[in-house]
Amino acid sequence: MDGIMDLVRRKSASIALIIGVFVFWELACLVGGISDIVLPRPTQIIASLIEYWPAIQPHAAQTLFTTLVGFAIGVVIGILFGVGIGSSRLAYDTAYPLLVGISSIPKVAVVPIFVLWFGAGTVPAILTAAIISIFPIVVNVATGIATVEPELEDVMKTLKASKWDILWNVSLPRSMPYFFASLKVAVTLAFVGSVVAETVASNRGIGNMMMVASSTFNVPLVFAGLFILAGLGVGLYALFSIAESRVTGWAHRKDLAVT
Amino acid sequence: MSLALAAVAPVHDDDAAAHKSGMSPLVSHTRPFIEFEKVSVRFGKGDRQVQALAETSLSIHEGDFVALVGPSGCGKSTLLKLVGDLLKPSTGHVFVGGRELGATPIRIGMAYQNSTLLPWLTIRDNVMLPLKIVPPFRSQFRAKRRGEFRDRAEALLAQVGLAGFGDKFPWQLSGGMMQRANLCRALVHEPDLLLLDEPFGALDQFTREELWQIMQELWMAKKTTVLLVTHDLREAAFLGNRICVMSARPGRILDDSPVSFARPRTIDMTYEPDFVALNQQLRRLIVEARGGTGIVQAGGH
Repeated sequence: MDGIMDLVRRKSASIALIIGVFVFWELACLVGGISDIVLPRPTQIIASLIEYWPAIQPHAAQTLFTTLVGFAIGVVIGILFGVGIGSSRLAYDTAYPLLVGISSIPKVAVVPIFVLWFGAGTVPAILTAAIISIFPIVVNVATGIATVEPELEDVMKTLKASKWDILWNVSLPRSMPYFFASLKVAVTLAFVGSVVAETVASNRGIGNMMMVASSTFNVPLVFAGLFILAGLGVGLYALFSIAESRVTGWAHRKDLAVT
Repeated sequence: MSLALAAVAPVHDDDAAAHKSGMSPLVSHTRPFIEFEKVSVRFGKGDRQVQALAETSLSIHEGDFVALVGPSGCGKSTLLKLVGDLLKPSTGHVFVGGRELGATPIRIGMAYQNSTLLPWLTIRDNVMLPLKIVPPFRSQFRAKRRGEFRDRAEALLAQVGLAGFGDKFPWQLSGGMMQRANLCRALVHEPDLLLLDEPFGALDQFTREELWQIMQELWMAKKTTVLLVTHDLREAAFLGNRICVMSARPGRILDDSPVSFARPRTIDMTYEPDFVALNQQLRRLIVEARGGTGIVQAGGH
């Protein structure tokens, strides 16, 4: 029972904090007389969200689409590379410096290159989302696979298990906690990628909508775009958190052990 | 389902009779099941090279329960890894059934000190893992995983006192329970050879003694050939039919003697004079092998 009370207390505290921030924001704007061209109040933002919803909705759908497609591509490639790099000591040692090098490049800097190759529109947004979400996945999956306990591998080898058997029955399940941790990071990064690409080179998507809105000084609409992005990001993060606790509960429930 | 388990037992019936009369099972008319012939193992290269195992010869007969004892770092586990084909000898040969290791496929079960149960599988699924990998079970796994194989795993679990724990996850069990499940997993595919690397080393004394008895029961029922690495001399004398003492690194076999206490052995027996005498004798051998009285080692004088 204590556990449930504790959970309620923690949840209610974080909800109170969120509400508190918005209330403070609203009051500060009212008291300080801050113009809505500089910083609109949350109520104004919500009002413009409702007002412009028919216009916002296709943009939101477009952003969600490019992000998810890019993210999916990133996940597939990330897993493939991660498994490849994690399965062999040589590959791990060889590829790791290159990976670190590439992942330290700000990925949004490659947007112009994608635009150059594929033209403005959906494709650069998808690719940017993909490339930005690949690296955390590769690194985490590779780490999860490379750190399988040697004893565990020995047991499998004495059973004459093939590399594939070991990968499928031990390495992959074992790397799932790492994988899901990286998914939560990657999905938020994917949003960054697609929105930046839309801002730079697209006529659709939330990024583009915010660009257009700011050029017409419709600041509440710009902030409405931010709210949408936050909502989508939080939603996907929550989705993967739930999936994570379903799939990798074994990795987080150690505290329930009888010993 | 238990038919499959019982099927291997009759082959060793005369062995079983021999144990009950307290005789050593060492007398065998067949060629040794496992033979190490002047096997040595070196790790590393050049100046950094470490000789883990000096030229070692050892024969293990079918149905033997060989306990390997020796000072730590003496290459006991190295010997185990050689049979498991996890390591290649630098010189010498390992023969299985009279042929070079690998030529005759044998089924091996292995258990380590830290239970290597997979945390994402239930105890039952963990126990069934070898059936998923090892032929001929492998090809039948899909068809029988919810029937015969499941029953077999449950029967084994019941045998070690884990009936009803099949649906639990490893982290829900105590250390002793995990090691019991670990033994089940090492035995479920009816191995020809069981390799145990200090399987009870991390347990408290009472749990350990409980597991010795379980191990003895399992062995008496199936007569699997066992190679047990341990640093617990009582454990070696309680479980083994033979005790091999190894020297300090580079390891080789210093002493190889049969243990003829009648089975089933009891924990009380381990405090009887004969048993204690054997332990003392082993202890002396190992202290000598460590190269000293065993006391001066740490701080000089």
